[in-house]
Amino acid sequence: MIGYVIRRLIMAVIVTIGIAAITFLMLHYLSPSPVYDVLGAKAQPAAVVSWNKLHGYDRPEIAQFFSYLGNLVRLNFGYSYKLDQSVSALFQENAGRSAYLSGAALVLSLVIAIPLGIAQAVKRNSVGDYAVTALNFTLYSMPSFFLGLILIQFLALDWHVFPPIVSDSVTTTWQAFIHPLQLTLPIVTLAAINVASFSRYMRSSALDNLAQDYIRLARAKGLAERTVLFRHLLRNACLPMITLVGLSIPTLLAGNLLIEVLFNYPGLGLLFYNALQTLDYNILLAYTVLAGILTVLGNLIADVAIAAADPRVRLA
Amino acid sequence: MVEGVGGLYDSSALGPEGGEVQSISSGWRLALREFMANRLAVFGLGVLVFFVLFCFVGPLIYHTNQSSFNPLITDLPPGGSYPLGTDEHGFDELGRIMAGGQTALEIGFFASAIATVLGTLWGAIAGLVGGIVDGVMMRFVDVLLSIPFLFIVLVLATKFSATVLAESLLLGLFSWLVPARLVRGEVLTLRTRDFVLAARVMGSGNRRIILRHLIPNALSVVIVNITFQVADAILALAYLGFLGFGVQYPTASWGDMLGNAQSYVSEGYWWLVYPVGGCLVAVVLAANLVGDALRDAFDVRLRRR
Repeated sequence: MIGYVIRRLIMAVIVTIGIAAITFLMLHYLSPSPVYDVLGAKAQPAAVVSWNKLHGYDRPEIAQFFSYLGNLVRLNFGYSYKLDQSVSALFQENAGRSAYLSGAALVLSLVIAIPLGIAQAVKRNSVGDYAVTALNFTLYSMPSFFLGLILIQFLALDWHVFPPIVSDSVTTTWQAFIHPLQLTLPIVTLAAINVASFSRYMRSSALDNLAQDYIRLARAKGLAERTVLFRHLLRNACLPMITLVGLSIPTLLAGNLLIEVLFNYPGLGLLFYNALQTLDYNILLAYTVLAGILTVLGNLIADVAIAAADPRVRLA
Repeated sequence: MVEGVGGLYDSSALGPEGGEVQSISSGWRLALREFMANRLAVFGLGVLVFFVLFCFVGPLIYHTNQSSFNPLITDLPPGGSYPLGTDEHGFDELGRIMAGGQTALEIGFFASAIATVLGTLWGAIAGLVGGIVDGVMMRFVDVLLSIPFLFIVLVLATKFSATVLAESLLLGLFSWLVPARLVRGEVLTLRTRDFVLAARVMGSGNRRIILRHLIPNALSVVIVNITFQVADAILALAYLGFLGFGVQYPTASWGDMLGNAQSYVSEGYWWLVYPVGGCLVAVVLAANLVGDALRDAFDVRLRRR
């Protein structure tokens, strides 16, 4: 087990360095030096050269890459000259709100998808199973912002249950938490898209497990169906969900971006979107590298967790 | 790669070496039968054919002005001579959906073709050569897979002019990773088979083994993936359009048509949101259904007969 974790850890470090290399190359070619943001577009060539020299932008690429890597290790994601703030500070300011949105959506989607998948497997090939499968397929094929628009149309504009966009007064994570109506639509939209893929896997995992001998044994012992499903099946059928949640981080982050833009909710996604408009490459690539690192971490944690939960993985 | 596969069916002067795909074999026919037995898949295929006809043949029958701005007829609701109303530039919405569908389908197919060719070759080479080359090539895939696709594409979209070609390249060049993994996995199981050994004994080089033995035998995995690639590319294009990085105006694209969808919804211009969104969902759904059915059809373990 320890050997496995160490091997996975080394691999994660290698992949992280690769991610840093790619974002560094992109930053280097898209925006070689922020000098014109600092000195203005009409800066004198001599001033540009001396600014670049002062801030190390005249060094060879490899030297610049190592200082980039060194900064990342110290969680220094660079400086946004356009917003005149360090990117880490911007991340700190917005990360809580994004984490709340994603986290709530993830929890909600698991709470719905796990029982739904089991119910579908138990009542397989029934009308209800087909209906849920059809709905899942449709949601899965739907751009998340389009689902959000439909929800806005009905629940906000037509029936006035929820606000169509998150109010500007929601500025802290705490306010987002204590005003649940404000965030209901964004959370539900993100969760619905996740439920579509999660419950598909949950259904097939539950189907696989229902055919196993241990379920037959549990039933043969005369256990109530409820006990069989919730004490025996649930734990085993949920195993693939660990991997799935780990793998869903890129989707979750991309979903966050679209949903935050749609509902005008100030999180990392909206920060990224605004940086796209101002071509603030320091923010754009810092968030890209952060997203990459989160993805690697998610996979790593999922792999270790599944190895801890399922002895068969460790032996393989 | 499409040409390469076509060439495989030529009668070669050398004759078969074994393991080569000489003609549409019974395995393919079985898969086809399995696919046709799946009613949902046939329905999905029908929807795709309908949309290809609707978008490419439709404008030949239903003529609309899609090039010049007409301020006199902006945002008209459906009715009269505009069955789906007009948009904020005075374009007929039904005609716009057809034109936008052309762009979406073209980019979807083109991007998936790029991704498939690149991914198949990458995976086949990595799997066959093995060792350190495989390690390096697949770690590169791991790295790119760890960076969320939408982010990298959006960052690059800020620099490139948004033509159909540029968008296809952008989407295609970052979506070959999954096919590369799939093909490598397939090649790893194929490369130790006797027919590959036999080809090697007869003096075939890596190039010949990859192009004539490994890829044709891994083709089912590739074909299944193409349909998902098309669906994903059309979805990605919609995301780019919604965020304002779609194909440049006046070229229409479903994604761009939804770019202002938020203000349309709040102003009550429902005809500018739901028809085009519905078409988008229908095409992606149909492609996903076809992909799922193909996967089942090629999966021998799931076969009923």
